[in-house]
Amino acid sequence: MTGAPADMENPLHRLTDEQIDEIGKEFQAIHDEVYEDLGERDAVYIRSIIQFHRRLAALSRVVLMASRYKPAWVLGTAGLSTAKIIENMEIGHNVMHGQWDWMNDPYIHSSTWDWDTASPASAWKHSHNYVHHTFTNVVGKDHDVGYEIMRVDPSQKWYPHYLLQPFYNVLLMAFFEWGVAVHDLDFEAIRTGKKPKSQVKDELKEIGRKARRQIVKDYIAFPALSGPKGWKATLAANFTANIVRNVWSNAIIFCGHFPDQAYTFTEEEGADDRPGAWYVRQLIGAANIDGGPFFHFMSGNLSFQVEHHLYPDLPSSRYQEIAPRVKDICERYGLPYNTGPFRRQWGSVQRTLVRLAFPGGKPRKKAPPYEAPAPAVEGNGGAPDGNGRATTERVLASFP
Amino acid sequence: MLAAARALTTPLLPDDYIELMNPMWTTRELRGEIVDIRPETEDTSTIVIRPSAKWLGHWPGQYLRIGVEIDGRRHWRAYSLTSDPNHPDGLISVTVKHVPEGKLSPYFTRKAEIGTMVFLGGVEGEFRLPYPRPEKLLFISAGSGITPVWAMLRDLAESGALGDAKHVHCCTGPDDFIFGETLRALCEGTDGYDLSEHHSKDESDHFTTDHLEQLVPDWRERETFLSGPPAMIDAFKEHWEEEGDPDRLHLERFQPVIGGEGAKAVGEGGTVRFRVTEVEGECDGKTPILECGENAGAKLPFGCRMGICHTCVGKLEHGQVRDLRTGEVHGEGGQMIRTCVNAPEGHVEIAL
Repeated sequence: MTGAPADMENPLHRLTDEQIDEIGKEFQAIHDEVYEDLGERDAVYIRSIIQFHRRLAALSRVVLMASRYKPAWVLGTAGLSTAKIIENMEIGHNVMHGQWDWMNDPYIHSSTWDWDTASPASAWKHSHNYVHHTFTNVVGKDHDVGYEIMRVDPSQKWYPHYLLQPFYNVLLMAFFEWGVAVHDLDFEAIRTGKKPKSQVKDELKEIGRKARRQIVKDYIAFPALSGPKGWKATLAANFTANIVRNVWSNAIIFCGHFPDQAYTFTEEEGADDRPGAWYVRQLIGAANIDGGPFFHFMSGNLSFQVEHHLYPDLPSSRYQEIAPRVKDICERYGLPYNTGPFRRQWGSVQRTLVRLAFPGGKPRKKAPPYEAPAPAVEGNGGAPDGNGRATTERVLASFP
Repeated sequence: MLAAARALTTPLLPDDYIELMNPMWTTRELRGEIVDIRPETEDTSTIVIRPSAKWLGHWPGQYLRIGVEIDGRRHWRAYSLTSDPNHPDGLISVTVKHVPEGKLSPYFTRKAEIGTMVFLGGVEGEFRLPYPRPEKLLFISAGSGITPVWAMLRDLAESGALGDAKHVHCCTGPDDFIFGETLRALCEGTDGYDLSEHHSKDESDHFTTDHLEQLVPDWRERETFLSGPPAMIDAFKEHWEEEGDPDRLHLERFQPVIGGEGAKAVGEGGTVRFRVTEVEGECDGKTPILECGENAGAKLPFGCRMGICHTCVGKLEHGQVRDLRTGEVHGEGGQMIRTCVNAPEGHVEIAL
């Protein structure tokens, strides 16, 4: 997978050493300023979201006890799907990143949190927080580039099994949590012997333990509570909620790094350990999704994938505030700020997955350097926008 | 029953849901509610707390770790318990002196309100009366160092075991004496208890070992309990080592000793003990704890080694650390720290 020539169009190669150093300092300054400012309002935010999730989950489970009646089934399934999405994305992913460790609350802490998914916390933290966030999009080092089973970048070598990629992609969408759990085992490390057999055994046991608990909860215990007439409907509801959550999280996560705009890097480019170079790789290796407040919340603020990659340890609720400052840096250094509406980002990912199932393929066209749009024409790209008033103002402002 | 409930709440615990109804119903950690705040002197208040579970008792003289949330962050401090271990309503109390530059004491003396929730850690401390009760006792206290001594004296008075107890208390003036009124009354009405007050405004007339020789010439024969600021403790400890029996001197340093006064960009380093892996290492002020442990042969969780990924966090059980990025010394018992960007500041123990 190595040996592919570096893309000289990559903005990394356009910046001078001085610029790289300055960029590093500027990005770090934003981090330090926001980190210093964290306080009461942030703590209130995460606690109220956690409380909201638990209430919604409990309520949905209660409603589903009557799942043999259609309206209860629909309501309960929608509630449970929403709860599972919030739990995985805005809470689980972000807490386990250490975004809330600063509160010093032992129960909202990266070292103690576990989430409602098949992947055990410790294995995920290694493969995601460490491997993926340190070596983001470095082909050959970041195993999240195609998750070792997909070809998402033309510099990855083609093998015949990639022909099946469009089909197993659909399966992965539906059963994403299991895919992630297996992926976290890190087959590369097992094959090369970097991970001892004893550890693989422990991790498999841990996945088994978690899987058993998840299955008992969603497919035995709660259906049983619905009684002999309702257990089938509740089982179907829980299954549906898990699938909805899987498909949604898969879509958001695939839009984070695989849209056309995102750059990948060679191992040589990835080896540059200057802070500024790391920040630039995070910036151009990720892509955002446009949307309104509700959309951002339901995506666990991973619609601010760029900001998340620059500052994985800052609370997700702060990304939206940081975004204008990141754009400002992009504008001044002639760097792209990757973003687009959900349909376009997701569509380009699916196109890539189909195209790269076959040999060959060229890097897609990248975004031009960021330029602040004139306020009148600034659009949200057609994505649903929950902030109705702002949208109305923009529309009115566009009249002559 | 609990296992069945867990099957429904996994990966959360039933507690996570019970807590939604009332935060005091949790069984996972001990919490408390402030039920009274009593001013003792101009700058000292007694905080009365109702624990969320039955109080299991303590020895007079011991201290309790209390956590409070300020600006979204949870901070912990240890305070001597000033309550009766057998309080009929199961209440406990600590008595806090306002330290303007402090973090928690201004909170307790100025901001906390009745109804505020606090977190209760463990009861600790070796500063307590031995059994059987010694016949001849000497208590030396200064400022808010009175709190554990007060707890002991009340216990002795209640059980009629004061025997022959002398007490010297040092403070800036008669009004500055925490629990002064009660102790003066106790002295009036009790034969075995003799209280002397030493008032001093500044260092020139602080209570010294010379004063002690005059005031309590038979100090060598007494089991002595000393609670005060570090400089005073050091001076008296030396005196006991040179002229008396150090085994009969019991100490409480109510201000923790933190290595190195005044901020230096690079610290002195220190020793680290990893409690889980049972490895001990030494490192200079520039080496992160993670590296120190690895050099000593410990297998520790690690990640980015630059402070971003939080893979390496461990619970700080003892001591303080210096953030190698900012030079800032921080850390309270129970705090989670990133071992890759912190160096020890003195002796440190970590649950890794």
